[in-house]
Amino acid sequence: MSPTIFLTLAIIAVVSAMFVVFAKNPVHSVLSLIVTFFSIAGLYLLMNAQFLFVVQIIVYAGAIMVLFLFVLMLLNLSADTEPQKSNRFRVIASASAGLLSLVFSAGMVIDATMGDRNVANIQEIGLVKHLGKVLFTDYLVPFEISSILFLAGMVGAVLLGKRTPKESKS
Amino acid sequence: MNVDTTYLIIKSLMVLTIFGITLLIATYLTYFERKVAAFLQDRLGPDRAGPFGILQPLADAGKMFFKEDFIPQNSAKSLFILGPGIAMFTALLTGSIIPWGPQITLFGETFDFQIADINVGILFIVGVVSIGVYGIMIGGWASNNKYSLFGAIRASSQMISYELAMGLSIIAIVMMTGSLSLKDIVAQQHGMNWNVFYQPLGFIIFLISALAECNRAPFDLAECESELIGGYHTEYSSMKLGFFLFAEYINMFISCALISSLYFGGYNYPFMDMVSDPTVQGLIGTAVLFGKIFFFIFLFMWIRWTLPRFRYDQLMHLGWKMLIPLALANMLATGAVILFNQ
Repeated sequence: MSPTIFLTLAIIAVVSAMFVVFAKNPVHSVLSLIVTFFSIAGLYLLMNAQFLFVVQIIVYAGAIMVLFLFVLMLLNLSADTEPQKSNRFRVIASASAGLLSLVFSAGMVIDATMGDRNVANIQEIGLVKHLGKVLFTDYLVPFEISSILFLAGMVGAVLLGKRTPKESKS
Repeated sequence: MNVDTTYLIIKSLMVLTIFGITLLIATYLTYFERKVAAFLQDRLGPDRAGPFGILQPLADAGKMFFKEDFIPQNSAKSLFILGPGIAMFTALLTGSIIPWGPQITLFGETFDFQIADINVGILFIVGVVSIGVYGIMIGGWASNNKYSLFGAIRASSQMISYELAMGLSIIAIVMMTGSLSLKDIVAQQHGMNWNVFYQPLGFIIFLISALAECNRAPFDLAECESELIGGYHTEYSSMKLGFFLFAEYINMFISCALISSLYFGGYNYPFMDMVSDPTVQGLIGTAVLFGKIFFFIFLFMWIRWTLPRFRYDQLMHLGWKMLIPLALANMLATGAVILFNQ
């Protein structure tokens, strides 16, 4: 059962991810990106990571993509008004995407050679209880650092969104 | 294997039952809404079809089906059809994790009056609510109409804004209960030990956010007739329009069920331990839950026919500058009290 589900989800994820790139209309791209996120969330569920599954849907599919769609609908881009990037940009973008996939596959290889950690509770590691405990004990420092990063991002967003008194007069 | 089959049959029956009940209630909510509106405005309301107009929803549904199903020429056709479908789908999804009654034993089998008890239940609801806006957004955009687009954009920004306050008020409940499962949250409010007595502020924030998430007046800016004709469903007709309107009523029913479960004890009622038979106790519990739900539905309608619509900047002001800071303060205070009582 599980390999079939995995394959179905993986194929949906890859096909919709390709559609994101090939779709002519940006709104269609965003919609297929949402499908990709849902199938990835399904993969999390297969790995028994229920918390990650729900967070993936709330944060990525539910909030970030709604904002994407929101902005695209406001801009209402079409093929003729869409800014075209030059070839140099395309080369740089493909090279950096390739490098990123190299880093990911290297990480996967290293992870595979390290062997299983905490095999005993691997079934329950994705549940909120265990995740919370691990986050607030073993990984406290990275967790706090990332929350400071979030805070900085929030302050930045508020600063950018706030009108300066000068602007509001004009 | 045998056990699995009975389990599957019971669950499928339960899914069908709750699906049917949800649709039935949503149908009759349209009638109920008109009657409440009539009552509040000192009129009679629908009274032609059947005694007291009781067949009015059926007549409406028949009319919806036989209207011309029109798809605008320059619309994105597939998305135009997908929009109402998504709205309906997400509206129906949440009912699956609400505990409709306590566990009862019948014919030697234990039944849970809940389709799925997932251990991230509350987060699941937040997730479904957050994808619920896609139906409106996609439908509004695909219509290729300025008014529809405005409605879609308004709906999405409103939903995102009020989702935050809603989530923050839920966090306080989760902190008190120590569980994300709705079953545990309801079970803990046994008897009269309802969360509303501990979280009055959280309840008010949740109620307001739920009104906004359902796109109900005074938050129905997404379909505000005086500015946007019909909002996101301006171009829709026939049963596609019916789906959008229906999804709204289902959302209302489910939000009222959620409010009752989270803050008003769900199927719990005072002196429930005096009923000795657990089966009878459970059945009374389900009836009590539906009583609470109908009270809140009446409250929603009461609010709709009493308060005028907000202006858009007022809506954003209320969401971001009032509800979110209040919800944050509520969360902090809850945390402090829990820490102090340890």
